[in-house]
Amino acid sequence: MFPENLKYTVEHEWVAVNGDTCTVGITAFAAEQLGDITYVELPETGLAGSQGDDAATVESVKAASDVYLPIGGTVFEINEALEEKPELVNESPFDDGWFFKLENVTSSDLDSLMDADAYAAFVKEQDH
Amino acid sequence: MSWVPTTSQDEEEMLKTIGVTRMEDLFDSIPDAIRLKSWDIPEGISEMAVKANMQALSGKNQLHSLSFLGGGYYDHYIPAAVDALSLRSEFYTAYTPYQPECAQGTLQSIYEYQSAICRLTNMEFANASLYEGGTAVFEAAAMALRINRKRNKIVCHPSMNPTYRKMLDAHTANLDIEIVDGDDPTDAACVIVQNPAFDGSLEDFTELGKQCHEAGTLLVVSFYPISLGLVKTPGEMGADIAIAEGQCLGIPLAFGGPYLGILATLKKHVRKMPGRIAGATNDAKGRRGFVLTLQAREQHIRRTKAMSNICSNQALCALRALIYLSLLGKEGLLEVAEHCHSKAEYLKSKLTFGTIVNTKPTFNEFVVRLPRPAAEVVAALSAEGIQAGLPLNDWKTGDTGDLMIAVTEKHTRDDLDRFAALLESVSCS
Repeated sequence: MFPENLKYTVEHEWVAVNGDTCTVGITAFAAEQLGDITYVELPETGLAGSQGDDAATVESVKAASDVYLPIGGTVFEINEALEEKPELVNESPFDDGWFFKLENVTSSDLDSLMDADAYAAFVKEQDH
Repeated sequence: MSWVPTTSQDEEEMLKTIGVTRMEDLFDSIPDAIRLKSWDIPEGISEMAVKANMQALSGKNQLHSLSFLGGGYYDHYIPAAVDALSLRSEFYTAYTPYQPECAQGTLQSIYEYQSAICRLTNMEFANASLYEGGTAVFEAAAMALRINRKRNKIVCHPSMNPTYRKMLDAHTANLDIEIVDGDDPTDAACVIVQNPAFDGSLEDFTELGKQCHEAGTLLVVSFYPISLGLVKTPGEMGADIAIAEGQCLGIPLAFGGPYLGILATLKKHVRKMPGRIAGATNDAKGRRGFVLTLQAREQHIRRTKAMSNICSNQALCALRALIYLSLLGKEGLLEVAEHCHSKAEYLKSKLTFGTIVNTKPTFNEFVVRLPRPAAEVVAALSAEGIQAGLPLNDWKTGDTGDLMIAVTEKHTRDDLDRFAALLESVSCS
C-alpha cells in the first residue's frame, strides 16, 4: 500500500534517500485526509533546519497543515510545478507531487523514521 | 436581520431543558470572591425621560460649524442615497453574516467593494476591509514582515501621519520589530510612505518604489481615496501594499469612528494578506454566488499561525464606501477631487497675511504659518462657529504659528471668503 523504498514520519511525510540527498513529500493518506489540495507554500531554497522545523504549508478546501522537515538538512530544490498544479499532490503524492529536496542531511535522523510496514500499521491505528 | 427576543417563558423552558433552575446557576463556576456584587445601574426610567436626556447630551455637539479640520479625516458631502441604502435593515446590523447560505447580499456587497477598491488604487486584490486607517498601517507592516521573513525592520517615511506612526508604535510595542524613520530601504521589510503627505504635500514615490524593489523591500503606500481622482495611484507608483483611511468615502465624521481601513495588494502577496476576502464562484447548479475565500490564512483554521487576528471587517462602512464610489463613478470622483483642489488653491491665494509652508504642490490640505500662535487662532474662531484647522505644534511637527487647513467640495466661495477674512482679523490683531 505504501512504497517499500521510502521512510515515513508520524506527520505523514515520506522521505526518499537518493545517495547524499533526500526527497520529501506527503503520503497518499495525508493527501486523502486533506481533500482537494488548492495551494502549497514551499520553502525557499537554502532553508536549513533540524528535524521537526517548519518547512512548508499545504492548503486544501477544508484545512491548512504544516509540513515539517522530516530530517535535518538544507533545501536545495523545490517542486515548482506545485505552484501552478497543487493537485499533483492528490494525483501523485509519492511521485510528481514531491515537495522539496534536502542536502547536508542529518543521516542519523533517518533512524527515527518508520518503514512502510510500520507506517501502514500507524495509519491503521490513526484511522480508528 | 430581525432580532427576536426571548420571553420569560422561553427562558424558563431553556433552563429546565438543561437542568438548572435559575439563570445565575450558569455562572456557578465563577468564584464568589471575583463576582460583581452590584452592577451599580440606576433603576429604569421612562422612554420619554431617556429621549430627553439623550437629546440634551447630543445638543452639546456643534454639528453645523464650518470645519477646516483634516489630518486624515475629511468633511466631504455624503449623497442622500448612501444613507437610504446603507440603513436598509438587510444591511444595518452590528453583526456581519458571512454564511453563504443566508448572506449572499452581504457577501456580494463585500465582493463589489473589493473590486471598487482595486479599480480605485490600480492594485490586484483588496480585502473585505479593516477597522480603520491606523490598523491598516500596522497590518501592512505585519504583512511585509511575513513576506520578508528574514527581515525585522520597518522604515517610516516622514510623509506619514504622526497619528499612524504612534499607532504603529503601540501595535508593535511587544514585538521584536525595529522601526526607523527615513527613506532608506536597505534591509527593511518595507518602507511606508503617505501621499499626500501629512502636511498635504503631493509626492511621487515611483522612484523610491524602484529603489525598494532593488533592495528586496516592499513599498507600502498610504493614500487619500478622494485624491486618486486626480493624482497618481499606489498601483502606478509600484506599491506592493496600498492602505488608507476610507472615512472620506461616504462615512460621516464621528469622534473616533466607526471608520474604514482599506488594504489592497498584488496577487503574488495575497496569501499573506490579513482579513476576510469575499470571492465569486458557482454553486452546484452553476449559478453565480459569493463566499469567503482563502480562509486558510485566518485564525479559525490556522490558529496561532494565522496571518492576523482580524476575523471580521467593517462591512457597513465598506458598504457605504461602495455606494459612494458607485454613485460618483470615475467622472464624479474626478470632479470632487478637482473641486477640493481648486478651492484649496483659491483659499491659499487669499491668505497673503501668512506664509504657505508647503514647498511642493498640495491636494486639498496645506499649512499656513500665521503671525500668531495657531492654537490661539483656533480657539478664537471656534467661538465664531468655525473650526479653523489643526495647529501643527500639537503634533510637534511645526512652528507654533503653523495651521493645517483642509478644504473640501462642501466649502462655498462665500465660506472661503468669510473664513479668510476672519482668519486675517484674528491672526493679525
